[in-house]
Amino acid sequence: MSEIFELSLCETRDAIKEGKLSAEEATAACLSRINETEPKINALLARRDEEALEQARAMDRERPADLSDKPLWGVPVTVKDVLATKGMPTTAASKILEGFLSPYDALVVERLKKAGAIILGKNNMDEFAMGSTTEHSAYKVTANPWDVTRVPGGSSGGSAASVAACQCFASLGSDTGGSIRQPASLCGCVGIKPTYGRVSRYGLLAYASSFDQVGPLTRTVEDAAAVLQVIAGHDERDSTSSPVDVPDYHAAMTAQADLSGLTLGMPREFFGHEGLDKGVADACKNAVETAKSLGAKVVEVSLPHTEYSIASYYILAAAEASSNLARYDGVRYGHRTAEPRNLEDMYTSSRTEGFGPEVQRRILLGSYVLSAGYYDAYYRKAAQVRRLIRQDYLDALKTCDMILAPVSPVPAWQMGHMSDDPLQMYFMDIFTLSLNLAGLPGLSIPVGSSNGLPVGIQLMGRAFDEGTLFLAGDKLTRALCTHNQHAPM
Amino acid sequence: MSLDKNDFLHLCRLSRLAPDPAVQEEMAQQCSSILAYMDKLAEVDTTGVEPLYSPVIHECAFRDDTAVRRCDRADILAGAPATDGAFFIVPRIVEGK
Repeated sequence: MSEIFELSLCETRDAIKEGKLSAEEATAACLSRINETEPKINALLARRDEEALEQARAMDRERPADLSDKPLWGVPVTVKDVLATKGMPTTAASKILEGFLSPYDALVVERLKKAGAIILGKNNMDEFAMGSTTEHSAYKVTANPWDVTRVPGGSSGGSAASVAACQCFASLGSDTGGSIRQPASLCGCVGIKPTYGRVSRYGLLAYASSFDQVGPLTRTVEDAAAVLQVIAGHDERDSTSSPVDVPDYHAAMTAQADLSGLTLGMPREFFGHEGLDKGVADACKNAVETAKSLGAKVVEVSLPHTEYSIASYYILAAAEASSNLARYDGVRYGHRTAEPRNLEDMYTSSRTEGFGPEVQRRILLGSYVLSAGYYDAYYRKAAQVRRLIRQDYLDALKTCDMILAPVSPVPAWQMGHMSDDPLQMYFMDIFTLSLNLAGLPGLSIPVGSSNGLPVGIQLMGRAFDEGTLFLAGDKLTRALCTHNQHAPM
Repeated sequence: MSLDKNDFLHLCRLSRLAPDPAVQEEMAQQCSSILAYMDKLAEVDTTGVEPLYSPVIHECAFRDDTAVRRCDRADILAGAPATDGAFFIVPRIVEGK
């Protein structure tokens, strides 16, 4: 018999709906699990234990007879601290926002609440989502629940660690260059970066606006589909939010029993990459063989500009970051230096004291590539290469229904291992960045392990075709017995 | 691309940042290495390629430009470092009286 915290989100939701489990029991189970695991993994920056329990009790008392418009009624979740959450600290793991309480909810938080979810806390992350290890938080370093000497990935490392340690049934993360898919892979959970525009960015603290997307991290594909169903859809407060209708993801996921009729493309530039760990490659190949046994056809595809994705991404994202983070000036919110000499000193000292080294580095790089004389050589050039990278994907997706690829070249690595060399860290994003450049959706699913550490693959699809990714991801994780797995803590 | 000390200080000024002098050299070196790597893009022939600044594939959603009160003034000011109860307060900009 499973413990309550080991249930999937959908199992929990259904048990509450059928009266077999109360919202209070589900919440208490997660809080107890948080108390047990949090000292080891440091996944949370803010908690609201008492308020959450009180909210759950009130929900049990006032439970409506019809829960059809409350698809997450009583389900405890967490959210990455990059999402504005009314009345709670919202810091993006930065000292510059220490103590800041958001006066409003991000659209995705608003929708979670409306659906009946209970928000337990805010997850740790790399400061302003800039990083791949969650070691760049200004507050704490999150550990991987599978091996607490290793990183959980990032930047949504707190979200992935919380989900893998069963502190909650789902967490919302954000993915600018792989920040949902990579920690999901390193922590053995499921994570989806939706198509750019699928989910509103209103209330998401902006890092690189033409890349950022919010998405769920969960322990099953079905759970990710259920959460995306709640948060996806048009929002007039984000002009890039898409007017495209949101399909029924559960129906898409269960449209067929196997993968027959689907063609999966394996990009030769990813599988032939010299940095690809053998254990990761073997787990990916096993997933490919499983896909074939489920009826899928597998073909080789090419994404010829892959090797330029790191340079293109880091130029464009830094440029957008330098512009977006100009708003942190000590005037309207956040940290202000003590006793500034004048207005400019107030801006400069507040920002220097408030931002960590990786954020400062990216702002400086962004200022450089946007400055007169370098704009064409860097920013414009990177945007031209971005179009070529997107075209590679569009061409490849003419010959297959989705692309199957590794997420991270290696499994979770030791803390501190790469923190001194930013460029080496950027190289770890080689398999995830190009999808954000293209704006397409990607689902990271656990497919096995390498030396006891989880390994994930990503399924990358056509714009707004998340449903087909859920279909394939669900079948594969069930066949590979990675459906609803969690860290042995 | 290599950044000398003056380039780096100019960038800091543009960015309204003033890293500690003890770490400036290391930071400048890291930025130089990263920019040197970015030069890799010069290998790609982009003649005639339109830049792609956003992956949005539909027309951006427009709405009427109607003022809507989403937050109370007090809630907004509550997060500010200094206010007089109605406005954000910053150090004096114009010298004199």
